[in-house]
Amino acid sequence: MTTPVEVLDIPTRPSAWARFKDTHLFHSFTRDKVAMVSFGLFVLYALAALFAPLIAPYNPYDPASIDIMNSELPPIWQEGADPAFLLGTDAQGRDMLSTMLYGTRISLMIGICAVMLQMFLGVLIGLSAGYFGGRVDSFLMRMADIQLSFSTMMVAIVVLAVFQAAFGAELYADLAIFMLILVIGIAEWPQYARTVRASVLAEKHKEYVDAARVMGFGSGRIMWRHILPNTLSPLLVISTVQVANAIISEASLSFLGLGMPVSQPSLGSLISSGFEYIFSGAWWITVLPGIVLVVLVLVMNLLGDWLRDVLNPKLYKG
Amino acid sequence: MALLEVENLEVTFGLRQGAVKALRDVSFTVERGERVGIVGESGAGKSVAAFSILNLISRPGYISGGQIRFEGQDLSKLSSDAMREIRGNRIAMIFQDPMMTLNPVLTLGQQMVECLKAHRKISTQEARLIAVEKLRQVHIPSPEKRIDQYPHELSGGMRQRVIIAIALLLDPVLIIADEPTTALDVTIQAEIMELLLELCESNNVGLVLITHDLGVVSQVTQKAIVMYAGRVIEQGPTKEIINDAQHPYTQGLINALPQQTLPGQRLNQIPGSMPSLQNIPAGCAFNPRCEFVMDVCKQTLPGFTRSGGCQVACHMVREMKEKAAQEAS
Repeated sequence: MTTPVEVLDIPTRPSAWARFKDTHLFHSFTRDKVAMVSFGLFVLYALAALFAPLIAPYNPYDPASIDIMNSELPPIWQEGADPAFLLGTDAQGRDMLSTMLYGTRISLMIGICAVMLQMFLGVLIGLSAGYFGGRVDSFLMRMADIQLSFSTMMVAIVVLAVFQAAFGAELYADLAIFMLILVIGIAEWPQYARTVRASVLAEKHKEYVDAARVMGFGSGRIMWRHILPNTLSPLLVISTVQVANAIISEASLSFLGLGMPVSQPSLGSLISSGFEYIFSGAWWITVLPGIVLVVLVLVMNLLGDWLRDVLNPKLYKG
Repeated sequence: MALLEVENLEVTFGLRQGAVKALRDVSFTVERGERVGIVGESGAGKSVAAFSILNLISRPGYISGGQIRFEGQDLSKLSSDAMREIRGNRIAMIFQDPMMTLNPVLTLGQQMVECLKAHRKISTQEARLIAVEKLRQVHIPSPEKRIDQYPHELSGGMRQRVIIAIALLLDPVLIIADEPTTALDVTIQAEIMELLLELCESNNVGLVLITHDLGVVSQVTQKAIVMYAGRVIEQGPTKEIINDAQHPYTQGLINALPQQTLPGQRLNQIPGSMPSLQNIPAGCAFNPRCEFVMDVCKQTLPGFTRSGGCQVACHMVREMKEKAAQEAS
């Protein structure tokens, strides 16, 4: 009978960080300056959003701290600035820096939560469609087609406008953040559903799925534990782009007056609120949050591009 | 009672061009601890037969007739939950390509523990101990360390060992091995086959070995089944089939072995190729390629004739037997 041929001493497993340092992902990251800068900026944004209440010199939500006499002060490098307000103030006398920090926090939160909702719906629907196939697949994918034929903005505008008209602006102001997450989340799930379905169709004919069925596993376990982890890399890529898209959608809706109320401004509603003052010389109220928004979206898209290149096995250069 | 009895099994694939019968009238039995080989060219229906035992033929295929009895239970009448309990637990399956059969994103331990916990109520710790023990049984060195590795960290032969360990995990009574060594190189093939043989013998596990390698069949199995175009054409004790094949197709397969020719000589082959299942010739499906073809072969389907310990579906063999019987009387 056979005797073991190899008697190798396998070294103990290195730590998770040490293993991560050896991955292709990490290597290509250290060689790609754009990715490094983008990631650095993104971390900066994330930290700023997370610790906004600690960093911000003022609390823009607190009406007591606002003095209307301080309104429309320019940023510090311009004449007539007040050194107490680093980036100037808006039309209501709120500190721009603080407002922008809080705005970034709200924008990022809406973006990430909406994408989580999209991902949840999309993965659930795409996985079922791809795995079960047949009529389930046709039905779910036609639903996705119908959903896609309404543009996100149109759905959002109709739903938010009806909600505002039906329940009044006050209730709307309280629930705005949840409404935006729901609307953007529900409007964009087909992106995920289609991506997941395509990967599942490719994965489900591989032998490990047959092997899992032979081991007597149920459909649910095979779908979630065996197939889903093998479809994650395209999901990661579209997630970065979708977060950027969700932030843009939120900003556009806020700009149109259907998003966050002025009392709790997101980046979009800040841009919108400054828009009427742009010709009276107070450009910073619109331009500064605009720059913050553009850089945030650009960074997310660059990261997405880089991830797509790295995770695409066809472009793998070793 | 035999462990597995397959009786007149018929599997149909409902294709757009019409229904195609991938298996017709397939019958065989496997006893407890018996090793049975199923041989045939690609497309003869070997793998379909294996999958239909586990009731895992994917659409558009379905079992359209016959019975599969496992330990006396008719598998086609079982609920899907009861069937799931049999899969993996009582009947295990080993696949062709070890590179593809293990899930690339889970460690060996995760896959093995999951499999154990799906069928038995045990803790993760206990499951891990069983997994390590099974890895040791298939001669994997330092299994405690290997168990935390991912499939890509193992060589092909190692992976096939792991797959055998997974198949043995729940102490099944029957293993179906679908060409378990085709994807491996020859030296590893022999090792894996020996390992499989050893484990089946020591645990008294039945084995259905699907292969197109007659050498493997003659080494490992006690009974052989030769399939052609979805039908069994010859079955019986392996020794008799290898040493004294009756059906012209089986003879052709054996003559095609490289050992049958001298160095430098052209390898023997059976001319032509297997008919597609959509237009199987009338009569005996092998008649266009058979060198002994007679008129009756083109018209009627041959029934089984007993010849020694074998059953052969061939008109020529039947006529020869009848003649011999007449002469004897």
